[in-house]
Amino acid sequence: MALKASDLNVGDTYSETLVEDLKRTQIVQYAGASGDYNPLHTDEVFTTKVAGYPSVFAHGMLTMGMTGRMLTDYVGDGRLTKYGVRFTNQVWPGDTLTGTTTVESVENGIARFQVETKNQDGTTVLSGYAEARVD
Amino acid sequence: MAAERFPIEASHIMMFARSIGDDNQIYYDEAYAKGTEPGTIIAPPTFAQASAQFDPDYFLRPKVDGKGWFGSGKNPTGAKPSGGGGGGGGGGLHAEQHFVYHRHLKPGDVLTATTKPGKTWEKESKRAGKLMFSESVTEYRDQNGELVITATGVGVRTERPVGS
Repeated sequence: MALKASDLNVGDTYSETLVEDLKRTQIVQYAGASGDYNPLHTDEVFTTKVAGYPSVFAHGMLTMGMTGRMLTDYVGDGRLTKYGVRFTNQVWPGDTLTGTTTVESVENGIARFQVETKNQDGTTVLSGYAEARVD
Repeated sequence: MAAERFPIEASHIMMFARSIGDDNQIYYDEAYAKGTEPGTIIAPPTFAQASAQFDPDYFLRPKVDGKGWFGSGKNPTGAKPSGGGGGGGGGGLHAEQHFVYHRHLKPGDVLTATTKPGKTWEKESKRAGKLMFSESVTEYRDQNGELVITATGVGVRTERPVGS
């Protein structure tokens, strides 16, 4: 179901839980599907002993992908025309993420949205924007 | 990400959708997808990034012989020691990603991906020291030469690891 411009008001929000207690295995799954095998995401030994991080962490693109699911659930299949984000903090195994989008404008059949994903501590891990065709 | 041939395949879309925890049946079930507005299986919005699978020189994939890979084996890293700064690990971190969709991808599409460098800039950060940003712009074109997705990625190299 796609959105109707007449149903949208500036400031409307839509939110979804993207993941609860993110598992290392899901990060491995994303590495395999996307082809990004950077050991910072899957290799605890390398990441802690060589790179100096407290643990492996998720690909930014995994967070963007999960946040994209929230967006397509809201705007409908094949409706996005733009989607862009900044990765503002890392996402670690065990994190629970919530994605929220807010209507910024609706003009000429295009809705523009703010997009933000936060972790269980309320820290923003991703912030960005999206645009979608609306009826 | 550069790829001379990036074939869009239903099973790859399925695996990608699973990995991002998306159970929307438009990514899995052709019969279901026929009844949706696109009328076909499509790829999730960030799928173009999986063109890495088809970039022959992608450096974040171990070579087939496994040699030279910098992840752990017998030792914490297989790479020779270098003077590189922290946070490098795998060539820096992903700072931003932007997609413009001219249309959405579907199984049967065969794309080419060409990447050119964009802007570079620096910033000072309390957490990680000097940050060096660099942009790259990838154009995905379909089998008819039509531009389907423009992807702009921004990578950052940090002086120190960004941990918390």
